[in-house]
Amino acid sequence: MIAESGHYALVLALGLALIQSVIPMVGARLRDPALMNVARSAALAQLVFALTSFALLVTLHVTSDFSVANVFENSHSMKPLIYKITGVWGNHEGSMLLWVSILALFGGLVAAFGNNLPLSLRARVLAVQAWIASAFYLFILITSNPFARLANPPLEGRDLNPVLQDIGLAVHPPMLYLGYVGFSISFSFAVAALLEGRIDAAWARWVRPWTLMAWIFLTLGIAMGSYWAYYELGWGGWWFWDPVENASLMPWLAGTALLHSALVMEKRNALKVWTILLSILTFSLSLLGTFLVRSGVLTSVHAFATDPSRGIFILVILCAFIGGSLTLFAGRASALKQGGLFAPISREGALVLNNLLLTTACATVFVGTLYPLALEVLTGEKISVGAPFFNLTFGPLFLPLLIAVPFGPMLAWKRGDLLGAAQRLLAAGIAALVALAIAWAWARGGSALAPLAIALAIFVISGAVVDLVERIGLARVPFAKALHRARGLPRSVWGTAFAHAGLGVALIGIVCETTWNSEYIGTMHPGDARPIAGYQLTFDGMQQRQGPNFSEVVSTFKVSADGKPLAVMTPSKRTFTARGMSTTEAALMTRGVSQLYISLGDATNDGGIAVRVYHKPLVLLIWFGPMLMAFGGLLSLSDRRLRVGAPQPARSARSLQPAE
Amino acid sequence: MRRSLILLSFVVALFAAPLAHAVQPDEIMSDPAKEARARDLSRELRCMVCQNQSIDDSEAPLARDLRLLVRERLAAGDSDSQVIDFLVARYGQFVLLKPRFERETLLLWLLTPLLLIGGGLALWLQARRRARRNSEGAGLSAEEEARIAALMSSDASPGRPSPR
Repeated sequence: MIAESGHYALVLALGLALIQSVIPMVGARLRDPALMNVARSAALAQLVFALTSFALLVTLHVTSDFSVANVFENSHSMKPLIYKITGVWGNHEGSMLLWVSILALFGGLVAAFGNNLPLSLRARVLAVQAWIASAFYLFILITSNPFARLANPPLEGRDLNPVLQDIGLAVHPPMLYLGYVGFSISFSFAVAALLEGRIDAAWARWVRPWTLMAWIFLTLGIAMGSYWAYYELGWGGWWFWDPVENASLMPWLAGTALLHSALVMEKRNALKVWTILLSILTFSLSLLGTFLVRSGVLTSVHAFATDPSRGIFILVILCAFIGGSLTLFAGRASALKQGGLFAPISREGALVLNNLLLTTACATVFVGTLYPLALEVLTGEKISVGAPFFNLTFGPLFLPLLIAVPFGPMLAWKRGDLLGAAQRLLAAGIAALVALAIAWAWARGGSALAPLAIALAIFVISGAVVDLVERIGLARVPFAKALHRARGLPRSVWGTAFAHAGLGVALIGIVCETTWNSEYIGTMHPGDARPIAGYQLTFDGMQQRQGPNFSEVVSTFKVSADGKPLAVMTPSKRTFTARGMSTTEAALMTRGVSQLYISLGDATNDGGIAVRVYHKPLVLLIWFGPMLMAFGGLLSLSDRRLRVGAPQPARSARSLQPAE
Repeated sequence: MRRSLILLSFVVALFAAPLAHAVQPDEIMSDPAKEARARDLSRELRCMVCQNQSIDDSEAPLARDLRLLVRERLAAGDSDSQVIDFLVARYGQFVLLKPRFERETLLLWLLTPLLLIGGGLALWLQARRRARRNSEGAGLSAEEEARIAALMSSDASPGRPSPR
């Protein structure tokens, strides 16, 4: 009964989405408020039914109803509760249901908090949202029904892939989807604006908080996924330039560019056409990511050709939305008036440079990801594009970007003073040179470029600090007054500083991890001791242990430094009975932001075990950086001027602020 | 079944092969310089049965075979490029994670610099065109001057009807 209700709720959500697709559009055309208001109630009702459907699937998984195919294939009665819940989106059907639920959530949020939007704009935005929703409800109902029953219910399920039985699955996919799908809002706003034929700075003010929200989630989602891969995969890598990773990186790069261009549009009424195009492209890349991941085209072009039903369906959705919106854009964009002139050296100019570099980076990832597929389809020739290619093409693009980052906030709108900005950044430059000298003196081996990269990172971080110091006049005015000014500083300024500093922090982590990481690969027997990076590692032995749905062999290692015991690390190998699969669980010891990492290989006949031990200096900074960026985004989002649904009172609040 | 799981999220994509270990202790060469070269080469070579994994990362049996092959060639005294040529001759371009610059990969390699140069050029031209248009239209026409004067005087003395 539960499965049927869930299925039915999904059908009802589709029905509501179809209504929401058509009626508000007609209403906006006829200027009929009653018809336009249908959008709001339909979006809220659609949210209720989508969430009901999702909650019912969760219930099925929690109660282990193996008569439902999806539960049978991905669950096990002995599985811990948390993995019964996360297992809901640990498979194709469930993750698509999560996707549409989040889409409905965003639609509902616009409906609930979009009271300050012009009625016709809100109606059109929600209608465009409903077009996307309808397409994906149809996709689920026709090709990937999560509620399908089995004729002969088995007694026990097949269990979830052991690799996914991790807390990472609870956080990473929902975060990533909140980001992906969140960009649908800016897409809907862009399409609605093109349909309205009117777009102004107020549009950017409405769109920016939504984009920022999606960007925060996507940033955290990607960082989470990277950390999960790092500790779960057992070889200490954290970014692989895998097409699936690239699929999430592309919308992030485009979304970051969008955030910056929307800023120009809001403040200076310029870059309108470009901002609209970026809004469309960002969500198009999210859709492309969904297609790449869901269609099977990545595993092999042939796998796609043999079972194409799902892939073709998403491909049609992809072409319809991207083609449709770009056609609309081509037809309408020329009618949008460009405003706000600016000199090349100005805040706008810096943001344009940011956009140029980020979109080029995005295009690089795009071509690197899709080129092998395209080449194989067109010529049958197979090539591989992997990490070495991206390091060579993508990496250099970030060099000018990082150099430019501290200058951006220092330049004035319209016409900036590059020399003045450079003078104010003198302190940051000195800090970078000091860092360079220290890194050079300390570096043991590794690339000569590494100290330069560290210096660049320090330049970015101290540039962000200098910007704050300049704005509050620290050292120029009395401390108490500076403190007062710091409190009065708009939160978006703090947000910018944190986000930019996060970039530098991540770069330090990346450089240190890749350059100065030490590694030991060897076979150890009980009692063996090995030195690595100043630590002494002693292998104590192995014991058998029993988990809820697995058995594991735990190896114990004692870590000491200078004769003092520090920690006991227990990497293990787990064998999951239901699937007969085994996983290795790496053990990590964190000291400061550096980590010691042990991963196990196969046991040898004479009682030894193959081990891989890594020391990764400052590795955690790789993920602290994105967390800082997301925190900066959050600060910006909490700025009164930006708060979702509160631009009106914000305007008066801004005029009350003391002049800077 | 395995496919849909693999496709779940990006981490999952990396689990095509059963988990074991990448470089095994018994593979390591006695000469550390050659071993370091072997590792560097391994990072450039694809494990052909995996999804976008280098043979240095992969646990698949094929990757192990390739790692051993690379080390065999190095031990025989091959240079890095000779090893790469040997593998390409045997397995085709597919084995290279960084494709060679050839006719088929022109667009792949050139897109980034072309976009950067083209984009920069377009922006520069646009800025120049705008600046020129701006400087041409910078001076106000006599009629505009008159309107400003009218507006200023009406603003300075509110309440009085404007002269026009």
